[in-house]
Amino acid sequence: MSIRSEPLLRVALPPRRAFSLALWLDREAVFSWVMMTLPMLFLAALVGYPLVYGILLSLQDRVVSKPGHFVGLRNFITDFHDPIFWRVAVNTFVYTIVATLLKMVGGLGLALAMNQHFRMKNLMRALLLLPFIVPTVLSTVAWMWMLDPAFSVVNRVLIGLGMRTPGPSWLGTPILAMFSIIMINTWRGLPFYGITLLAGLQTVPPELYEAATIDGASGWQRFRFVTLPLLKPIILIVTLFSVIFTFADFQLVYVLTHGGPQNATNLFATYAFDIGMGAGQLGLGASVALMMLPALALLIVALTLYMRRA
Amino acid sequence: MVTGHGRIEQAVRVWLPVGFFLVLALFPFYWMAITSIKPDSELYNRHMMPLLVRNPTLKHYVDLLTQTNFLLWTWNTMLVAVVSTAISLVLGSMLAYPLARMRFAGAGLIAMMVAAIYLVPQPLLFLPLADVINRLDLGNTLTSVILTYPTMLVPFCAWLLLGYFKTVPRELEEAARIDGASRLQTMRQIFLPLCTPGFISAGIFAFTLSQNEFLYALIFLTKSSVRTVPVGVIAELIRGDVFYWGQLMAGALLGSIPVALIYSFFVEHYVAGLTSGSVKG
Repeated sequence: MSIRSEPLLRVALPPRRAFSLALWLDREAVFSWVMMTLPMLFLAALVGYPLVYGILLSLQDRVVSKPGHFVGLRNFITDFHDPIFWRVAVNTFVYTIVATLLKMVGGLGLALAMNQHFRMKNLMRALLLLPFIVPTVLSTVAWMWMLDPAFSVVNRVLIGLGMRTPGPSWLGTPILAMFSIIMINTWRGLPFYGITLLAGLQTVPPELYEAATIDGASGWQRFRFVTLPLLKPIILIVTLFSVIFTFADFQLVYVLTHGGPQNATNLFATYAFDIGMGAGQLGLGASVALMMLPALALLIVALTLYMRRA
Repeated sequence: MVTGHGRIEQAVRVWLPVGFFLVLALFPFYWMAITSIKPDSELYNRHMMPLLVRNPTLKHYVDLLTQTNFLLWTWNTMLVAVVSTAISLVLGSMLAYPLARMRFAGAGLIAMMVAAIYLVPQPLLFLPLADVINRLDLGNTLTSVILTYPTMLVPFCAWLLLGYFKTVPRELEEAARIDGASRLQTMRQIFLPLCTPGFISAGIFAFTLSQNEFLYALIFLTKSSVRTVPVGVIAELIRGDVFYWGQLMAGALLGSIPVALIYSFFVEHYVAGLTSGSVKG
């Protein structure tokens, strides 16, 4: 900055000694690095160091309150021979892919519905965002009660609509438990998708729709060839965000099912927690958590490169 | 006639889908509220229509506030959220200002690292961090979470503020520089006061994220007196297989109110941050 103002500055300042600390600190690069030192040290100590330390832990037979020994890749070999680990890997991918697709389609629907003219639109937008705002643990407890084996309001409504009694056991059957966590994750994440896409929709110039209409495009064609291409960058970014945080989800599953029944909903994060915190095997737990890294690193690099270009 | 027809058609086109999404989004909150005011005799009666309440009662709220540490948890949650938000805004602007305004070698790399760190999810870090907190002897102190929450909030605030800072025109800063102000003076006295809306957006997000945090609090805070609301509710209102649903729902509702209140005051800032800061960067 201020290429032009630099000579002026020198004119404005009183004459000084050849070297002045104040002037040195005022140099762009010096000022920047001095300013960034504290936050960077903080992040290095509490993100960088734990990340490296986690990798070291995964190579040790460390248990809580005992020093560990280097065991090479033994923890990872244990993981590969552990049928629950593979179950967990499949669960995590199914959960992430299905929930993300549902949020994408539902969010687009929500955005299109909200992108019309009607009264109280801002109020509606605020209300629709509530699931995303409220602490996940608290709303998940509400869902737990809604899906309670004995008093599920969902079942009672379904029975009222003519379903056979006693109704499904949502959290007690493997398939239904997976279905439930996917639904609740979608319920929470959909507003984020919807409102972000709505903001994207509002930047589409109306002239484009008019031109398309004059050219004889149908409603579907306008959506397919005008709306969708213009929304593509936003959809991509929101999706990458959502995939990263769904892939590493912990709270919802920990509260609702603890990974059960029979590991049907156990994800990488909850399984690493079980092993590392529950069973106290820090080394083995760290190795399970680290198995998330390849997929996550790929996503994170893709997203950072993309955001930088945008 | 034609316009009447059009109006009905329009109402259907708007309110059918919007109403569907609204019912879906809000029913769990309605269910929380109605459960929390039902007496146990209605809660556990399968023959009564469940969607309404006959004899509303505040018993669950009274029990929650008198028999559990809920008020203390609320205080802890607020304290932690406010302090870690403040720390994150300060450290975040110390990162964002040079990245937004100065030209120096490595700026691009640092900006990318900040974004990447924001995307590192907690489950990747919690086991080594648990060990670090143990060795520092910080277990069961609020310091443990005040120190660890900013690991996700600082990069996040920096990223959001970076986006905001870039939209502020440079003229005032240039004028201050010409008048002989140092870079630090320019930043603190001229630039940062211009950025209040950016700080509000980033602050609300950081506050919401700290209220929502669960994993670190679950691991580091095992004594009732230092717990935050989410951990307290899960760990102490669910005792073995016994669920105190009335109290649980009262706790869930009360625990959601602070965030909902702040959010309702600043919803425009929130939406602006959601759509511009996090997405366009």
